Amino acid sequence: MAEAAHRYDETMPLEYRTQESRLNILGFWIFLGAEVALFATLFATYLVLFQRTGSGPTAKELFEVKDVLIETLLLLTSSFTCGLAVFEMRRGRLSGLLTWLLVTLLLGAGFITFEIREFIHYVHEGATMQTSAFLSSFFVLVGTHGAHVSLGIGWMILIIIQLLQRGLTPRTARKVFIVSLYWHFLDVVWIFIFTLVYLTGMVI
Amino acid sequence: MGVNNHHETFPWKHIVGFIFSLLLTFAALWVALSSGLSAGAIIGIIVILAVIQASLQLFMFMHMTESDSGKIQTINMAYSFFIAVVVVAGSVWTMSFVL
Repeated sequence: MAEAAHRYDETMPLEYRTQESRLNILGFWIFLGAEVALFATLFATYLVLFQRTGSGPTAKELFEVKDVLIETLLLLTSSFTCGLAVFEMRRGRLSGLLTWLLVTLLLGAGFITFEIREFIHYVHEGATMQTSAFLSSFFVLVGTHGAHVSLGIGWMILIIIQLLQRGLTPRTARKVFIVSLYWHFLDVVWIFIFTLVYLTGMVI
Repeated sequence: MGVNNHHETFPWKHIVGFIFSLLLTFAALWVALSSGLSAGAIIGIIVILAVIQASLQLFMFMHMTESDSGKIQTINMAYSFFIAVVVVAGSVWTMSFVL
């Protein structure tokens, strides 16, 4: 704890250099804890209602393995490339950081594209938010995650613009690190959507 | 504590995390679709696989335990997952008594 006395510590990675940055990062972890609670309520609603399909299709009839797997692999790979971006940042390489952030963005955009196509496909099959309790809770849960990913894409674009304008500073490094936490977290949520919504839906 | 400026030249941690995540994803897929186990067993196994994969993300990609506040961060996330389990399992169990 002797370290806490230093306001500026040269031995740490850029994003941890100032006390303000360290507190920002800790604060973001607290926010992620609240996000876990938010998604927990949506998962609870979905898991309570997912067999209430009314006159609409069941999960088993609706879900397609291939589409779900493509979305899963796109998001998982984007989480990996986002990790590589932070790795490059810690080596002090701005170009590597920007390259991997851009790859992450493209994979994220690919994920959203496939998700929107999936939703449109469902609606064309007559499976809309109004069809059944299963579909209402499905669209709210998966849609909330998709909205988070869309927000993450916009956020990451802004961070890239700042990096281009200001370069790697303790401040921009901290912002990159925080957006990376957000991005990885979205993959954590998706792992549970993949497992509890799609795989479980295809089993039961 | 756990973080310093000593750089690795190759992102081994990330690559290992990524490969394990892929393996866990495909393992879950196989268990769900091709293992022929009972629904209860399948869901138990794939939930465990999901928890392992989520932990990989938290530890290997998000560096949860690094920095001075690593402990606070870890306790915070553990507590939030506890809340999640209570909310989800509690709701499902309660509502299992409704027709």
